[in-house]
Amino acid sequence: MSLTAFNDALLDPTADRPEGLSDSAGRPAGKRFDVYRNNVTVSLREALEAGFPATARLLGEQNFTAIATGYLRANPPSSPLMMLYGGGFPRYISNVPALAKLGYLRDVARLEYAMRQSYHAEDAPELAADKLAALAPEQLYNARLAFAPATQVVLTEWPIHAIRAKALGETAENPPGVAQPTLVTRPEFDPILTPLPAEQADLLAELMRNKTLAEASTMHPTADLGTLLGTLLATKALTDIKIEDKQ
Amino acid sequence: MYDQTNHLPALPGVGYKPQHYSDLVANPAPVGWLEIHAENYMGAGGRPIAQLKQLSGHFPISVHGVGLSIGGEDALDPDHLSRLKHLCDWLNPASFSEHLAWSTHESAFMNDLLPLPYTEVTLKRVCDHIDQLQDTIGRRMLLENPSSYLAFDDSTYAEPDFLSEVSKRTGCGLLLDVNNIFVSATNLNYSPYAYVDAFDLDKVGEIHLGGHDEDEDDHGAPLLIDSHGREVADPVWTLLDYVLERSGPLPTLIEWDTDVPEWPVLAEEARRADIALSKLNARAKVTA
Ligand SMILES: [Fe+2]
Repeated sequence: MSLTAFNDALLDPTADRPEGLSDSAGRPAGKRFDVYRNNVTVSLREALEAGFPATARLLGEQNFTAIATGYLRANPPSSPLMMLYGGGFPRYISNVPALAKLGYLRDVARLEYAMRQSYHAEDAPELAADKLAALAPEQLYNARLAFAPATQVVLTEWPIHAIRAKALGETAENPPGVAQPTLVTRPEFDPILTPLPAEQADLLAELMRNKTLAEASTMHPTADLGTLLGTLLATKALTDIKIEDKQ
Repeated sequence: MYDQTNHLPALPGVGYKPQHYSDLVANPAPVGWLEIHAENYMGAGGRPIAQLKQLSGHFPISVHGVGLSIGGEDALDPDHLSRLKHLCDWLNPASFSEHLAWSTHESAFMNDLLPLPYTEVTLKRVCDHIDQLQDTIGRRMLLENPSSYLAFDDSTYAEPDFLSEVSKRTGCGLLLDVNNIFVSATNLNYSPYAYVDAFDLDKVGEIHLGGHDEDEDDHGAPLLIDSHGREVADPVWTLLDYVLERSGPLPTLIEWDTDVPEWPVLAEEARRADIALSKLNARAKVTA
């Protein structure tokens, strides 16, 4: 027999159990096959729950089980690297009609996935503080920043930093009524989160697209570049600062 | 054939869990080596890699792959082969092992060890995959016997014969999971001792022990589930003695992967394995 029938019945609860599988008395395997069905479904769901703990709490156990099961049936992992499983989960959530009013869920899930990527990202040396201090203002203005592989920014219109913290019981306070785009950095081994004012986050996103400080500030003139640079240094978000060679 | 200068000691080992890091480094006895799941150490950096580098200075490491899908119908994933090679190259582990099972079909990864029929066709495919793996990583691997919940009507080989033939054709060693024998023998109604008698024990380079759960099938027959979530069952310890009397001392691993306990509970299981191994050494001295 081909393993296709076996494989296809694993994630499809409506599929018949494959033929050609028996117990020791030659009777159809029945429930014995369901052990594999259950193992696959539960292990993938637990991987999603471990990877999206705040999203799972926000949804509640029953909803999360239903939504995660729907996701994993339609989107089983495409590689054995389970540490990366679930990259499409935030978008999947945003397409569930019943969750249409809970727009923040997708962005909390994006934040959690960004943290996971940051946790496993490549190690990199941090920017030497004196390198920045040694630059003349003119040089600095035309420089580009090199970001650590573990650095990410999650842009959003929702107060996701506070929503996540409350969902995980890290704070009892209600989320503020402002957007919290969030910087993810990894000074050592654990990712840390820093909510940013919206203009600073937009400016940062441009810098991460390899714009010079001058170009990025021109696009977002109201953003406080000095404060942002201080935050990036303090959270070890940077590995280098690249000065343009003017000929 | 690949020669290995680096071997696991014939001592108890445990499956490494990060929450046991400080206990293991501070007071490891009787644990003499650690096993890691290869796929957990394939990120680009961060804590997992840093911890593994540290641990490899304290312990011989066994790399146990759970995602290559050696028993699958798909060609082996070239990206995954290079990830395994990269890990083996920088870590230089004392052992590398994988499973007689599949987990990927048509590029979808099921995150479980799934069974295959034992036929001429699957035998050839498994051997080709093992040749390809051993050539890629430049080492001899150990292949582990699975736990079974059902039988394939198509099978023409008994499992010990199938494994023996794979070892003969590819030069790979075998990893004997004693709990898996007990689970499969109970589920498929044969004698675990007869399985051991039929097994090519000369090829075994490592033993696994783990806990299982008890359930029933549609007809009320016992159905044991290989859960790795509790202590090793008493009849499995008895079966271990039977194996070791025939094989001699071997590196013996405790696998505990779900509901992972505090360190003292796991250490107690390792001590039980140590007693089984020491009994054997004491007897060897008396007979000598
Ligand atoms: Fe095992």
